[in-house]
Amino acid sequence: MPHIDVDKTLPGIRSLMAFRPETAKPLSALAEILLRDTEGLSPAERELIGTYVSYLNDCFYCHHSHGEIAVCYLDGDRDLVEAVRHNYKEAPISEKLKSLLQIAGKVQKSGKSVTPEDIENARQHGATDRDIHDTVLIAAAFCLFNRYVDGLASIAPQDLSTYPERARQIVEHGYGSHIYSKQAESPKPKA
Amino acid sequence: MAFIDLQNDLPGIRGPMIYRPETGTILNELAEILLHDEDNTLSRGDREMIGAYTSYLNDCFFCQNVHGAMAQHYYECDTQFIDSIKKNFLSADISDKLKSLLTIAGSVQKGGRYVTSEQIEKAKSLGATDREIHDTVLIAAAFCMFNRYVDGLNTWAPKDMQVYIDRAPMRAKEGYSQLGLTK
Repeated sequence: MPHIDVDKTLPGIRSLMAFRPETAKPLSALAEILLRDTEGLSPAERELIGTYVSYLNDCFYCHHSHGEIAVCYLDGDRDLVEAVRHNYKEAPISEKLKSLLQIAGKVQKSGKSVTPEDIENARQHGATDRDIHDTVLIAAAFCLFNRYVDGLASIAPQDLSTYPERARQIVEHGYGSHIYSKQAESPKPKA
Repeated sequence: MAFIDLQNDLPGIRGPMIYRPETGTILNELAEILLHDEDNTLSRGDREMIGAYTSYLNDCFFCQNVHGAMAQHYYECDTQFIDSIKKNFLSADISDKLKSLLTIAGSVQKGGRYVTSEQIEKAKSLGATDREIHDTVLIAAAFCMFNRYVDGLNTWAPKDMQVYIDRAPMRAKEGYSQLGLTK
């Protein structure tokens, strides 16, 4: 049961965004630029960072939502997303992405946990200043999103088969206002 | 010394905001609506205090002093009063309603799941509306982002507390959306 009177037909952050569209605007704009920018990190890498941080924060809705979006970008490779969640060090991903996930994991604990060695390690694997900046801000932003979603006890659908359809909406249309409009939950069947 | 070359010497969050104005502008827009917008039944002082308290719990020197000075400006109080709220708000001379909201903010700082139905019911019984509870949770969550952004990139912060006090009236007047981030 959500702590405040939100539209219960909308899941997770979508219900909160519909409740307060004034703040939804910058929050969705932030997600759009951090997760869909193609300069430097790829959208798949960005979504994996968000998924991993959400998993560490134990946010069911966010880690499944963004995990499914990553699956879309990775052409259906759900095993890879699972591997990143549970033990990224052994996952078949680049050393550069591993070094960035290490930074993201530190940011999840606290900004002060990030060490010069973490940064140096990322640089040695080819991370640019911009990659490091975006990694820190993506991880920090998910510390916001996860707390927002769970702090207000928004509804997280338990049926995982409902997540891929919403993920496809994001991949196709981005993080615009369509994600918290009613139509988002009743997509028309494709012709 | 920041972990990356921010290409400017600005303190705290202003450094990375100017470095990456595409996200900086959005972060300021969020701060403006949450902390400065007039369309809110929570006072600017109380909203800044929620941010300062969350930043204090996250041990973020820059943010807790910027926003503590903002709350001090709106409350027209001294630094000691702000410090007394940060350190033990339950025995501070503030309303029970604000205490109930700071309790929720403190839970959010730990993690969203730490917020309990009892904490929410308590705030509601003291007159907090759904939107006030929403904004309290989102302000605390937003500072969990701002604080990590500031410290995760190891930005520098002025040590002289007077700097923060002196800047507060200007920021209160201009708000957060006028920071001029375009290069």
